[in-house]
Amino acid sequence: MPHLAIERWAKSSDYPPETPIVLTVEGAHGPVIHAVTRAAAERGARTGARLTDARALEPSLTARPADPEGDAAAVERLAKWAGRWSPLVEVDGTDGLRLDVTGVAHLFGGERGLVRDIQRRFASIGLTGRIAIAPTAAAAWALAHYAPSPQRGEDDSAKQSGVRGIGAHRQGRTPSPCPLPAGERDLAEQLVPLHVSALRLEPETVRTLERLGLKTIGALMEMPRLALARRFKNEEDVVGALDRALGRKPEPLTAASADPPPRALLKFQEPMTHPEAAAQALERLIPDLVRQLQERHLGARKLTLSGFRINGSVVTASVATAIPSREPKHLQRLLADKAVALDPEFGFDAFTLQADWCERLDAAQESLVDEPSGRGEIARLVDRLTVKLGSKRVRKPQAEESHLPERASEWVAAISSSLSRSDGEGDRSTKSSGGGVWRRPLHHAASRHGSPPQPAAREELRRPHHLLDRPEAIHVIYATPEGMPRRFVWRRAVHDIARVEGPERIAPEWWRQPSSARLRDYYRVEDADGRRYWIYREGLIGDGRGGLPNWFIHGLFG
Amino acid sequence: MRSEPAEPCALPGGAGEPWRLPEPQRPTLTELFAAHPRDGGWAGFLLAQLTTDKPLLWVQDRMAILESGRIHPPGLPTQNLIHVEARDARDALWAMEEGVRCSCLSAVIGEIWGDPRALDFTATRRLAVASERSGTPCWLVRLGGTANLSGARMRWRLASAFSLVNELDPKAPGLPAWDAELFRARGSPPGRWTIAYEADRFHLVAASGDRALGEEQRLSA
Repeated sequence: MPHLAIERWAKSSDYPPETPIVLTVEGAHGPVIHAVTRAAAERGARTGARLTDARALEPSLTARPADPEGDAAAVERLAKWAGRWSPLVEVDGTDGLRLDVTGVAHLFGGERGLVRDIQRRFASIGLTGRIAIAPTAAAAWALAHYAPSPQRGEDDSAKQSGVRGIGAHRQGRTPSPCPLPAGERDLAEQLVPLHVSALRLEPETVRTLERLGLKTIGALMEMPRLALARRFKNEEDVVGALDRALGRKPEPLTAASADPPPRALLKFQEPMTHPEAAAQALERLIPDLVRQLQERHLGARKLTLSGFRINGSVVTASVATAIPSREPKHLQRLLADKAVALDPEFGFDAFTLQADWCERLDAAQESLVDEPSGRGEIARLVDRLTVKLGSKRVRKPQAEESHLPERASEWVAAISSSLSRSDGEGDRSTKSSGGGVWRRPLHHAASRHGSPPQPAAREELRRPHHLLDRPEAIHVIYATPEGMPRRFVWRRAVHDIARVEGPERIAPEWWRQPSSARLRDYYRVEDADGRRYWIYREGLIGDGRGGLPNWFIHGLFG
Repeated sequence: MRSEPAEPCALPGGAGEPWRLPEPQRPTLTELFAAHPRDGGWAGFLLAQLTTDKPLLWVQDRMAILESGRIHPPGLPTQNLIHVEARDARDALWAMEEGVRCSCLSAVIGEIWGDPRALDFTATRRLAVASERSGTPCWLVRLGGTANLSGARMRWRLASAFSLVNELDPKAPGLPAWDAELFRARGSPPGRWTIAYEADRFHLVAASGDRALGEEQRLSA
């Protein structure tokens, strides 16, 4: 349906709605009409016609370029916004949304209330929705697009709202009460009068069917299945399309998940524009969510607070936690700052708080006295630091199997997995206390049982406590070719070397570095002031991997 | 963990009698001034005093990392630590305060470069109070900073000193030694010592004019 395009365009322009305007896209033979206003439609402009043809009928037609990408983005935004009604929303085609409203309708006062609510919200943002609830997605699509007036089926497994509206003319259509059909037969009854193209078939197939005299779905249903299948065996699956519409064949939504995430919803009667609205909503949402988590024995690892603005946009704030948590105070504290930063613009009219990522968390007593145990407290500290500073700035070391000093210890976000495991269970290759977190034992297959063996030599080596992020080039006077350094200049300061220990030779890792990488000879040096540094010479004279060796300073000793 | 006055043991290479580190009665905020920003001596002095049964929170601000490097866990006594790379001193102080309120850490260490405005008497005082309340020792390391007004209970100035003689290789640096000056302390007199750390306690190092050390040094030079 092209009307979303014209509708969006009309919202952003100030033409009076009576002006006949068409939006065009470039076709193979000149501009083709993409969308028309109601006024233009009355004067003979049709979507898909060429602009010149339409101009022949109505010379006063105004043409403007269409913006399909913008429309697609708008539909995406609307899909997020439609998350207020159901957690499962799918963009359908270029201008439709498909919601799985199973078990959701009662929150909005039944299906009728749900449809009315959707209708009203779409009308309030200047879009007219054609809404249908039907037991199957295909039937919902057919009803939404081809039903003479809004129809609803029962057993809402899917609902489709095609967004329709023309010009700035706001067409608020209240659904006329119609008898709710029950079961497949009633659904079939509703589908019978519809045109065959409501089955979403290819135009060629539709044309063939029309030529055969099968113009409505009802006519199609009366045909023997075998004959139908045989006639269309080389083309689209007409029988299959029919079965999908009647619910004889399942058509799952792609996002379908059996276990919807815990989610709390708060709706307002009036839009809230107060900056504190989000924080106050949070206070009411958290107990609700925590109760759901408790019932399901889950703890949240990631929470998203979504604010639904009255103009159809959504803002979200997310936080993550290092260990699963359902402690109201902690969650509140994590989200509070981010919630205040949500900009209400014209006002929020609903909030949801959803636990996007949950892990099992059984009820546990942290300790007999009121004192919290260390592990939980550290996790909460990491959460607070990460929320404020970002996960890239709050990190834990992770030892790697490498002799290169800068690779021997990597940094991983402290909030990521290693803290999430409780000690002594699961994941034995992660050891978070004592000797460090030796994650990746390269060759040790036996590492599943107990901590992996640590390279013995490494313990004996003295390593600096501070390492420069990038080794800095220094000028060194040394006894060529491979003698001890005597003096070096670092950051314009001259250091006379009083004592040296070395070299400790570290060969390049040929399995991951280019063949031109040079070896390093590390020296521990002490200068005339007693300061101790770690410097290295990269390469040897005549190793065939470059000219004279360079010297670098890499670390500081205490 | 240390500084029980025990029988004096003669250490190789010039370290003399055991020396009792002036310590606060209970964990509090201690300020360490590096004598020179490119002098890592303070870290040896600090690491010798750490307990590592619980995780460590190590906060560095951006300038500290650029100027004198990022901590390198293989060179530290424990791998069980959380490192915070703060954008500026304000974030660093905030992270330190969050950490110091938490009694589940063995210590909070913060390296701050220069004399940022955020680091005033109030900020240090807050850290000191939080540290005393939670019992988590807090170390504020000042790189290239001046000793202005501060709420720290103990303030040290640390410089590297000549290391002790290395028995195995006289040309190589031996046990690290430091020139430590305690210039403000509550409950203990200020002073200046040259100390080294071995066998789990601090020792006074004989003055550099000392004959034995002098001889060794001439040998090694």
